[in-house]
Amino acid sequence: MYDFEYHRAASVDDAKSKFGGADDARYMAGGMTLLPVLKQRLDQPSDLVDLGDLDDLRGISEDGGNIVVKAMTVHHDVNTSDLVKSKIPALAHLAGTIGDPMVRNRGTIGGSLANNDPAASYPSAVLALDAAIHTDRRTIAADDFFEGMFTTALDEGELITGVSFPVPEAAGYMHFPNPASRYPIVGVFVAKTSDGARVAVTGAGACVYRVPEMEEALNADWSPDAVAGIKVSADGLNEDIHASAEYRAHLVTVMAKRALAA
Amino acid sequence: MSSYNIKMTVNGKEVTGEVEGRTLLVQFLREHLGLTGTHVGCDTTQCGACAVHVDGRAMKSCTLLAAHVDGADVVTIEGLADGDKLHPMQEAFREHHALQCGFCTPGMVMSAIGLVNDNPNMSEKEVRHGLEGNFCRCTGYHNIVEAILAAQQTMRG
Repeated sequence: MYDFEYHRAASVDDAKSKFGGADDARYMAGGMTLLPVLKQRLDQPSDLVDLGDLDDLRGISEDGGNIVVKAMTVHHDVNTSDLVKSKIPALAHLAGTIGDPMVRNRGTIGGSLANNDPAASYPSAVLALDAAIHTDRRTIAADDFFEGMFTTALDEGELITGVSFPVPEAAGYMHFPNPASRYPIVGVFVAKTSDGARVAVTGAGACVYRVPEMEEALNADWSPDAVAGIKVSADGLNEDIHASAEYRAHLVTVMAKRALAA
Repeated sequence: MSSYNIKMTVNGKEVTGEVEGRTLLVQFLREHLGLTGTHVGCDTTQCGACAVHVDGRAMKSCTLLAAHVDGADVVTIEGLADGDKLHPMQEAFREHHALQCGFCTPGMVMSAIGLVNDNPNMSEKEVRHGLEGNFCRCTGYHNIVEAILAAQQTMRG
């Protein structure tokens, strides 16, 4: 790992000022992705601004019809939260499928969303549940947040502070994990929201995306059978040693069915 | 680049050190403090040989910066036994011969204690699933699982 100047932020404002004062800084939340990236020398920031002390960015609460998960909340806490388990059990389930127990003790929802790995789990929940991403300067709708591979609507230095998940009428998540890394080869989150059904797919493409034809079918009939006959296109899907694009397309339907049956 | 003075509690003892920003917790433990019971296996956050407890939670010390855990309470494999009396998890690993080459063992023990602390009533399946962040390249998982199931009974008291 290349060396860098290390800073510990005492507050959101302090984090922003340290970030702004540096040449080419990165924020670090849990570091479960950033540190492996740095160790492989895939990135060389001049400065690292550690958000680990920002306890006011940790915690889960209910606000109106929303479950609000603050950015520095670790996956373990979402997985085991009584509030999340009772209101959006699919989200608690998803958090428990990320990495392994030790990674879940450190990795955060804010870090995962800011990174927007094509195979990260959380983006599918955020997009399917039509969540709102709060930052230090604005609120971004899920449909506008995920822009492409490792790319989001966040501006340079913009800091996620939390995520509001509207409580759905029903939701489910199922993924087909890579047998080694446990990242989803394909993960599908289905949600019956107040505005209708939403289906979001992670792992299959360059970035999480919705499947309108499945949403239409689920608006007519919320059941596994409704999506069983829908074949999604393999065009532009990821292809690697683990799965071809055609196999991933096939898995989208299978995982959607299982998510609806879950 | 700058260096940083850090202070933390390791196995109940206050320790200090001067580290670079990039110094990993596992490097600090092994190279600065001489606590070589914590192993580096893959160095890529997968194998879990480097597991330690930070403020009571099991974590991979190859993927934490030493400066990141400044002020924390860290427990390593060296901090588990009470004099000659092994921790119940260590005792169960001994009793069930839960090792072959032994390289993964410190991480297995630290990770397993974390699992039992979270859920002291795990099924065999839950133990196996809980160990997904710990690799035993001798593939000696069977006795490791047996040991953890036995230790959780003792730890429940």
